[in-house]
Amino acid sequence: MNILEFLKDNFVILDGGMGTLLQEAGLQPGELPERWNVSHPEEIVRIQKAYFDAGSNVVLANTFGANSLKFEEEELQTLIRAAIANARKAAAESAGIQEKFVALDIGPIGKLLKPYGDYEFEDAVSVYAKTVRIGTEAGADLIFIETMNDSYDTKAALLAAKENSGLPVFVSNAYGSDGKLMTGASPAAMVAMLEGMHADAIGANCSLGPEQLIGVIEEYLEYASVPVLLKPNAGLPRSENGKTVYDVTPPDFAESVEKLLKKGVRITGGCCGTTPEFIKAVSKKAKNLSPLPLTEKNRSLVSSYTHAVEFGGAPILIGERINPTGKKRFQQALREEDMDYILNEALRQQDAGVHVLDVNVGLPEIDEPALLEKVTKELQAVTDLPLQIDTTDTVAMEAALRCYNGKAMVNSVNGKAEVMESVFPLVAKYGGFVVALTLDEDGIPESAEKRVKIAEKIIEKAAEYGIKTKDLIFDPLAMTISADTKAALSTIQAVHSIRTELNVNTSLGVSNVSFGLPSRNIITSTFFALCLEEGLSAAIMNPYSAEMMNVFYAYKALHNMDENCMEYIDYASKLPALQPVAGAVGQGSGAGNGSLKTGSASSGSDAAGGKDALSPLQNAIVRGLKEKAGNLTKEKLQNEKPLEIIQGDVIPALNIVGEDFEKKKVYLPQLLMAAEAAKAAFEEVKAKMGSSEENASSGCPIVIATVHGDIHDIGKNIVKLILENYGFAVSDLGKDVPAQTIAEETVRLHAPLVGLSALMTTTVPAMEETIKLLREKAPWAKVCVGGAVLTKEYADSIGADCYCRDAMETVRYAEELTKNL
Amino acid sequence: MMKLELNITEKENPAVVRYLEYEEPPVQMVELMRYSGIPIDAAKRILANPFAPESEVLLQRIGKVISLSKGQFVYKVGFLSGMLARDEEGFPILPVPQKSENLRKNLRDSEAYVMFAATVGSGIDRLIRRFEISDPSMAVFFQGYGAERAESLCNRFCEEVKQAAEEKGFTMRPRFSPGFGDLPITVQKDFLERLDASRRLGITLGESCLMSPSKSVTAFIGLERKKEPDRDGI
Repeated sequence: MNILEFLKDNFVILDGGMGTLLQEAGLQPGELPERWNVSHPEEIVRIQKAYFDAGSNVVLANTFGANSLKFEEEELQTLIRAAIANARKAAAESAGIQEKFVALDIGPIGKLLKPYGDYEFEDAVSVYAKTVRIGTEAGADLIFIETMNDSYDTKAALLAAKENSGLPVFVSNAYGSDGKLMTGASPAAMVAMLEGMHADAIGANCSLGPEQLIGVIEEYLEYASVPVLLKPNAGLPRSENGKTVYDVTPPDFAESVEKLLKKGVRITGGCCGTTPEFIKAVSKKAKNLSPLPLTEKNRSLVSSYTHAVEFGGAPILIGERINPTGKKRFQQALREEDMDYILNEALRQQDAGVHVLDVNVGLPEIDEPALLEKVTKELQAVTDLPLQIDTTDTVAMEAALRCYNGKAMVNSVNGKAEVMESVFPLVAKYGGFVVALTLDEDGIPESAEKRVKIAEKIIEKAAEYGIKTKDLIFDPLAMTISADTKAALSTIQAVHSIRTELNVNTSLGVSNVSFGLPSRNIITSTFFALCLEEGLSAAIMNPYSAEMMNVFYAYKALHNMDENCMEYIDYASKLPALQPVAGAVGQGSGAGNGSLKTGSASSGSDAAGGKDALSPLQNAIVRGLKEKAGNLTKEKLQNEKPLEIIQGDVIPALNIVGEDFEKKKVYLPQLLMAAEAAKAAFEEVKAKMGSSEENASSGCPIVIATVHGDIHDIGKNIVKLILENYGFAVSDLGKDVPAQTIAEETVRLHAPLVGLSALMTTTVPAMEETIKLLREKAPWAKVCVGGAVLTKEYADSIGADCYCRDAMETVRYAEELTKNL
Repeated sequence: MMKLELNITEKENPAVVRYLEYEEPPVQMVELMRYSGIPIDAAKRILANPFAPESEVLLQRIGKVISLSKGQFVYKVGFLSGMLARDEEGFPILPVPQKSENLRKNLRDSEAYVMFAATVGSGIDRLIRRFEISDPSMAVFFQGYGAERAESLCNRFCEEVKQAAEEKGFTMRPRFSPGFGDLPITVQKDFLERLDASRRLGITLGESCLMSPSKSVTAFIGLERKKEPDRDGI
């Protein structure tokens, strides 16, 4: 019988701990247990037979750490084959009459993936794939991925299993005492991702005892429609006479597990500290129970690497700002691959309160698959909001879904057969919550009924790919009322019908409704309120619109979705006072109207900072007040030329801070705060100048990078920021950059200066190598170096032109170097 | 909280690694500021005059950093301890093979040792990354806060080691980490594997032997037999 058939009506009893038993049998610390498959097969068979004798249905072959990072190809083959054979032998020799299965056991490869580690996701997939292929060929009955403490690593392993084997896959994660994976994922987030990718059973093992895992398992049972598994430790370890012992006895263990079997756990066994005795006790309890039927939970989830977002309750806001349509500055950022700009847009929307970020990077002249993948990876390094992958290019969509760490929203499919046939297979493979537009080959129907019909067609087609209705969200399409004043009524009606007749989630790109009208926010936000009242589940919207956010918070408060109105009160407390913003405007106009001195005299409170005779803008920069510096610049720009502000206020203010820093009167954080305030002023100037030739980034080019092997870049980022403030056009190649890339960029820009950073002694050789290559390929370029381990002598010894202790020294060197250019 | 126990009598088995999880140690403000690039004197001055305009801006930011980091830390330590033997050349025999003169010197009079790995988790790395993009000066404070947290965790652990050692008649040497002096950073690999640190603590090693989470510490601690009271200079 197949394990999945068996699982339908039965509990599945797994095995217990292996490590401790092997140590008792003589495995030495530091010795790789997988080698025992060949060197001590009799011990392995003895232990596994004891588990089958105790009632295990599934024994995990001794392959936990069998991967190509630990073993050469040939040995890996031998060990995995031997491991499966040993477990088979144990099954054959056991007198137990229960159904018996052998699982290929896969544990984590022990590498942290990018962006927090340095291991590529695809490399991890390849390592797991090797183990999967060998284990499948060797005749395992199922694949058991376990003890995974990182969601991205879990995805790599599951993807490898699905792509390289047709066997059923069980996936088990190791949770900490905070109920989360080590890299932050909640159980609901794991359920969303793993179910989306069609794992056959999911759950938790290791780390804690059954009692401590109750919360985690209850969360699985609440959200998961697939069978849930539990393989806990024998409680918590303590030390007794130099030995590790666990604090739960077999009867207590079985009792705790029994409670969870009654709540719906289907698959159970033990992990560290458990022995055949534990399994025997659990097996006995299970015999007296009948398993709860598996039920479809119908929870609509998307997830990031930390948490899940559920649709169908309180309305979900999807930020629409990462989208080049009609946004010149954003288009420029995409063409220049200016990640900081794009990431900032994400973080601002997060701060504004959205729950999901729409990501659209489609521009006619760019390589969308490459860029969408890059942006997806960069975004998930800085924000934990789930992403909505928004593209019509299915190659780009696959690239993004593959590298996405969680279950993404997919924007979008529609009723056209061709579109469904290209998008649904991707969703079936990688998981996803799909926006389905109610249009088809005949366009957008005017009537609500016809839109419902299209929705029904999409549901039917999705089912053919195994995609459940809970993973679809319907967008009945908002059209502008400036073209057809009945348009909004049809949409509102369609939201109502789809919600009530089909009982599914709905979403709208609400802002379309006001296209072509003045003061669009008034129309859009009122439309949003009307649709929410008809049951709209989510909106793709502009979170910077106060009107939209007003509606959102008020709606939740009015609909009993905001306990004690706390969210609303918090929101309201942050709203600007209803009076004109007296302070800012007063100071700003003072500065704008008159000379620098007038402004200073009128702002007594600023002068209290001790920086007399400074203009308000200079004062704001010196004191690191970002927002104020931006506002003051905006005011000033009404009367002064952009470059005058830069030269008259921004640069002098930066010089004051720079000099104070050199004199050790202010310190790094203050220097940076001032730099950020100056940057805010620059951004205003930039916006005013647009893309005219006065553009601030026309300064002298400088290439900077953290060298190969080094992933620390905070120092380099500081240098970049300060250099940019002083008008240099910095090309930042990032961290862990190969020498070749640095040389190529220096040649391309004919940059007179290259700045290299290294934090570790181990990466200084990479720095030396880079300098050598630069001498060869770009002999004109000077190289300055910096970083924690470097000294002047060290810098000289590796052939650098200059050692810069901090950011200001780099600026001084760059100024010196470029003054005659 | 389980009481920390050391295996430092001859017969005990040094192979067993123990894992501890601590409550949040109190914040050392001066240390946080020092790790953020503010010298100790200046940090003390700022703390003594919290309402001076310059102090206020900095302290508000630090306050924001601390509140945004709530719930982002774990305080985990894995360690093992044992009696110290020496090879023919007099190098200490540790679970991590090495021939370091500096470590030999550090452990010259030690009869036992502790090796440990400590981490405050990856949450702070995410925050640093996030604020490097949106607000670099905040990133510097997050960096400083993370470093301070890791240091406070190590101090807390070492305080317990010190007590446990004293009960058995030992005093504690200063910590010695891979990468110090001539002890190559490459020993991290064996060090972390021996403590099963990837699985139990979530500490992994990159190609150039950098640890992730970045706010993690590994070190050896030598334990010396207590000297006679009259020779105790303190």
